[in-house]
Amino acid sequence: MSGTGTGSGTGAITSAVEKTIALRREAGSGALIGYLPVGFPTLRESIDAAVAIVNNGVDILELGLPYSDPVMDGPVIQAATQQALAGGFRLRHGFEAVKAITAQVDAPVLVMTYWNPVLQYGVDLFADDLLAAGGAGLITPDLIPDEAAEWMAASERTGLDRVFLAAPSSSDARLAQAVAASRGFVYAVSTMGITGARADVDAAARILVDRLHAAGSTSTCVGVGISTPEQVREILGYADGAIVGSALVKALSDGGVDAVAALAKRLAAGTQDIRNTGHPARQLG
Amino acid sequence: MSLRTESGPYFGDFGGRWVPESLMAALDELSAEYALAREDPAFAAELMELHRTYTGRPSIITEVPRFAAHAGGARVILKREDLNHTGSHKINNVLGQALLTKRIGKTRVIAETGAGQHGVATATAAALFGLDCVVYMGEVDTQRQALNVARMRLLGAEVVAVKSGSRTLKDAINDAMRDWVTNVGNTNYIFGTVAGPHPFPAMVRDFQKIIGEEARQQVLDLTGRLPDAVTACVGGGSNAMGIFHAFLDDTEVALYGYEAAGEGVDTPRHAATITKGSPGVLHGARSLMLQDADGQTIESHSISAGLDYPGVGPEHAWLASIGRASYLPVTDAQAMDALRLLSRTEGIIPAIESAHALAGTLELGRELGPDATILVNLSGRGDKDMETAGRYFDLLDAEAAQS
Repeated sequence: MSGTGTGSGTGAITSAVEKTIALRREAGSGALIGYLPVGFPTLRESIDAAVAIVNNGVDILELGLPYSDPVMDGPVIQAATQQALAGGFRLRHGFEAVKAITAQVDAPVLVMTYWNPVLQYGVDLFADDLLAAGGAGLITPDLIPDEAAEWMAASERTGLDRVFLAAPSSSDARLAQAVAASRGFVYAVSTMGITGARADVDAAARILVDRLHAAGSTSTCVGVGISTPEQVREILGYADGAIVGSALVKALSDGGVDAVAALAKRLAAGTQDIRNTGHPARQLG
Repeated sequence: MSLRTESGPYFGDFGGRWVPESLMAALDELSAEYALAREDPAFAAELMELHRTYTGRPSIITEVPRFAAHAGGARVILKREDLNHTGSHKINNVLGQALLTKRIGKTRVIAETGAGQHGVATATAAALFGLDCVVYMGEVDTQRQALNVARMRLLGAEVVAVKSGSRTLKDAINDAMRDWVTNVGNTNYIFGTVAGPHPFPAMVRDFQKIIGEEARQQVLDLTGRLPDAVTACVGGGSNAMGIFHAFLDDTEVALYGYEAAGEGVDTPRHAATITKGSPGVLHGARSLMLQDADGQTIESHSISAGLDYPGVGPEHAWLASIGRASYLPVTDAQAMDALRLLSRTEGIIPAIESAHALAGTLELGRELGPDATILVNLSGRGDKDMETAGRYFDLLDAEAAQS
């Protein structure tokens, strides 16, 4: 099993996600990861929006598959994915979106999905079709490594990334397990809670990232609650990547593709000049 | 092999913990504390004392010959969980989990509710123990069970009407889980049924198995032998597991769970999860569920809010898979007919949920014949359902309303 802890320099890294994060970190910054759901407001516009945020500075895409029971999502993403489902979203649209996006931009595309849709599709078939569409791997918010034997095997076979979550409440043993099981990055949940913009990102996030680095992670990205360039800059002062979701979805909902592209551009400014912001220096790769 | 010793996380292929990592510390803590509590005689003694002086346990059994005349003449015996304080079996589990909350040292409890029975029981226990209480209830259910909303509020609980998804029980569970993820530091989730992630299926079953343990002995005392069949309604499945469990290793006792077939299992409007569902992951457990080809949960339908759930506890999925228990569908109409029949023949108005078990028993009795004895879990009383029943049977005419 190749975890994020085993990477030593970009040369040995096979994961495009991990490589992108490492390159951004070596350049003195960190990666900006943007989440958008497939099929919102329409399949076409969700593809256009994803391409637009990459063209405006997002390094890695997290494409969400709408699901009927999204327990980790707050009101903004719930409303968007519910609208996508009502608009006729099917799983095959997820693969179509990955294919259409990777045909237009080079950024790696991870798919964020709750586990039951993958189970019903068939874990191996899902992995094969995601690989064929050009996808980089999966972020699985309700799959813990303890239950992931089938996905570990399928991702090992296909080389797809597998991003597991780590929470401030996780024990040291569980963090070590998340680091060992993940490839691409470990998703550090910034705060105890669900997705949605917050005025302050918890101090808990910094402590969690430090614990994950201590557990051997070389690729740790922080998500949940991040919505401004200032927050992105603050997080990249200690983490390897910052994940923005609800704020992008809200921009897309309120102002369409142009608005979400503009927000991506502002957020990307937060990834510049990290070393000169006066934040405590971090050991850089 | 004893079937009674299974205690999770897996029951055969079913169960597990399919949850966000953010909940794992809380689930591990709950598992560890429950493991200690179940071995602690003081915990058991405190719970039994509450059951004796507060719940009203042991609940009695009642033989119902005038009703049984319509069930092929079989002997029909009701286990009267409807007589418990708060009106259903839900209090058995809630008092156990509330004691556990106190033991862990948390000050706030949350719960989901469908019909409102589990919400009322949780609000009751919160009042008794001085805990803050928030109950999540689908907006559709707050409308059809308005009286229970008032009861919960009177007891001091905050009731949140959930407006996402299908606005019923499954969405109330989603919102309760989101609350728990956010407030896990001071909050315990008092889950109402034998579904959800481990340890809930085994723990809720353990708190409910007193139903079957009492009833098994009561039937032996009354008839001198075990019943030929034990029946119960199944939504998530807590009252059914509660009465089944004591009989799991009595191979001569047949076990029947009756699911809500709504307008019929061949229509899209039903909640017959075992009859029509397939294996999948919902609300933290791998079990049987109603879903489409993409794994999206299909909205269920039942006239009974307490059975209106597209999933089922993993232990039931396992008992079905190994053939130890049989699960059959009962329609809205069959349940309502049985509700009226028990009311008119025996003077007992059952909850619409429990009426599904009665309807199934009427058919089962005709199959088994007059020599058979059937034990039915009468899981709740019908007070909360009077508006639904009044509308269904057209009992609420304008003159009656005015007088």
